[in-house]
Amino acid sequence: MSTVKATRPLESPSRLRRRIKPVKIASFVTLIITTFLMLLPLFFMVSTSLKSKREMLKFPPTFLPESWAWSNYTDIFETLQFGTLYKNSLIIAGFSVFGTLLSSALVAYGFARYRGRGNNFWFILLLSTMMLPYPAIMIPQFVLFSKMQWIDTFLPLIVPAFFGSAYNIFLLRQFFSTLPEELFDAGRMDGCGELRMWRTIALPLSAPALATVAIFAFIYSWNDLLTPVLYLSSSDKFTLPVGMASLTSSRFRIPPWHLLMVASVLAMVPIVTLFAIAQKQFVEGIVLTGIK
Amino acid sequence: MFVIKSESRRQMFYMYLFISPWLVGFLIFALYPILSSLYYSFTDYDIIHPPQFIGLANYTEMFHNELFWRSVTVTLRYTFISVPVQLLLGLGFALLLHQTLPWRGFFRTAMYFPSMVSGVAMSLLWYWIFNPQIGLFNYMLSWFGVHGPAWLMNPDTALYALIIMSFWTAGSGMILFLAGLQGVPASLIEAANLDGAGRFRIFLNITLPMISPVLLFQLIMGLIDSFQVFTQAFVMTQGGPNYSTWFYVYNLYTSAFKEYRAGYSSALAWVLLIVVMLFTAVIMRLSRRYVHYEGGSRR
Repeated sequence: MSTVKATRPLESPSRLRRRIKPVKIASFVTLIITTFLMLLPLFFMVSTSLKSKREMLKFPPTFLPESWAWSNYTDIFETLQFGTLYKNSLIIAGFSVFGTLLSSALVAYGFARYRGRGNNFWFILLLSTMMLPYPAIMIPQFVLFSKMQWIDTFLPLIVPAFFGSAYNIFLLRQFFSTLPEELFDAGRMDGCGELRMWRTIALPLSAPALATVAIFAFIYSWNDLLTPVLYLSSSDKFTLPVGMASLTSSRFRIPPWHLLMVASVLAMVPIVTLFAIAQKQFVEGIVLTGIK
Repeated sequence: MFVIKSESRRQMFYMYLFISPWLVGFLIFALYPILSSLYYSFTDYDIIHPPQFIGLANYTEMFHNELFWRSVTVTLRYTFISVPVQLLLGLGFALLLHQTLPWRGFFRTAMYFPSMVSGVAMSLLWYWIFNPQIGLFNYMLSWFGVHGPAWLMNPDTALYALIIMSFWTAGSGMILFLAGLQGVPASLIEAANLDGAGRFRIFLNITLPMISPVLLFQLIMGLIDSFQVFTQAFVMTQGGPNYSTWFYVYNLYTSAFKEYRAGYSSALAWVLLIVVMLFTAVIMRLSRRYVHYEGGSRR
């Protein structure tokens, strides 16, 4: 017993060093292979988007375009009223992000900073709405919005965001709970109103969490297909996903793959840009709020 | 005494003031639709004319409807393969990238990148990849001498093509697992290492219990998302070929907005709601013994 204890500390450093190496090499090789496989479709998305109509039908597919058809990127704006689609999507996503940030931050603050009868009950109810599938409520919502004459307007896609979204409220509430009470006591001493404390103390300290929520809300709205398919009927009101989905329809006997890929690349641009700008805050936000 | 009472009143007043946007939204966009959907499910309703009460007819029809059962099997088959594999992949990537390795930042971004393409763009891209004549997938299979099928045009393979496609976004789960792994105290792992525990033991007895809440969260959310697959079916297959990708929500959407049978569709919606609640309840109950929360119970 005593000999075991004596030998271990001597042995372990070298044993550790020896053992770590092969595992790390294997991990590295696995990562290189999987990353290659993950990035390959993306590579072809970009490369196909720059091929001519004839080259896109070639088999085997060429890795790089033989002649770079940059004109695809201008053509798509003419053939597809792509500019309109893009603008519509940006308007809807912009309002959705603003609405989600505003309402979710208010509601989360209420749950995090005030104790009152019903706090727990409502919060559990909020959490359980995360499990509510949208299709389960979409028909009555459709009936409601059509009674309000909101069909074929952006309103059904924007207004609900102003009433908070469960997941984002949950995320922000976790974050707000970590803010030290003393800050707010000090504010209260100075005669600061509750709403002003929310705006001047809580919000500025929550930049990472708010950035995370903004990204989630943007991605959700930008990628959503089902809701705009339900509510938008005239083609000049279509969002990007709806317009892109119509590209595969029977209008073309052979799908225009090169243009489909142009559309896919352009659809990615805002998300990648947003992610690049807010990446640090985004990752920090996820870590700090902790999905637990 | 009086002061304390007014303080707690003040607290309650501000709580309700701040959460009122959600309370109103909950009534309009959740509670009211759920209840009216329950009512519609007992009616014959085409959205234009007022609903006619027909009792349980929608439900009895559903259980005799072949397309309903088809949509159930398609959805469950998709769920039971895609959700566990996605979880394992996400966890695997996270474990690999939790170590200190060269180019770690690059790998993390690269793995997450596909998740930024979700939705229609991803469906279009993979529609091309699975194209039997010019697509990438069969071309790559041909390197290994495999002659690939006509993936999306073949009833035997279409669903599996969509399952393969779903693995591509495992990076979004990886991010959450990475966040979870950062919360595992290094001191615990060091201590176990000094006690002579191997990598596998450490993973099984320390890491896994510590990240079990993240696992549970992702399992439940993954199931709910997977029960609601729509975009892929709408963009890539229209539920075909031969109803092999006739997903539940695609079936629900078609009944309501193509056949104008909102009553029947509401019955489908309620069955979905009940199934989601049942699955969640069962998983929560089963997980109670395995999921570990720091400091015992949590709010």
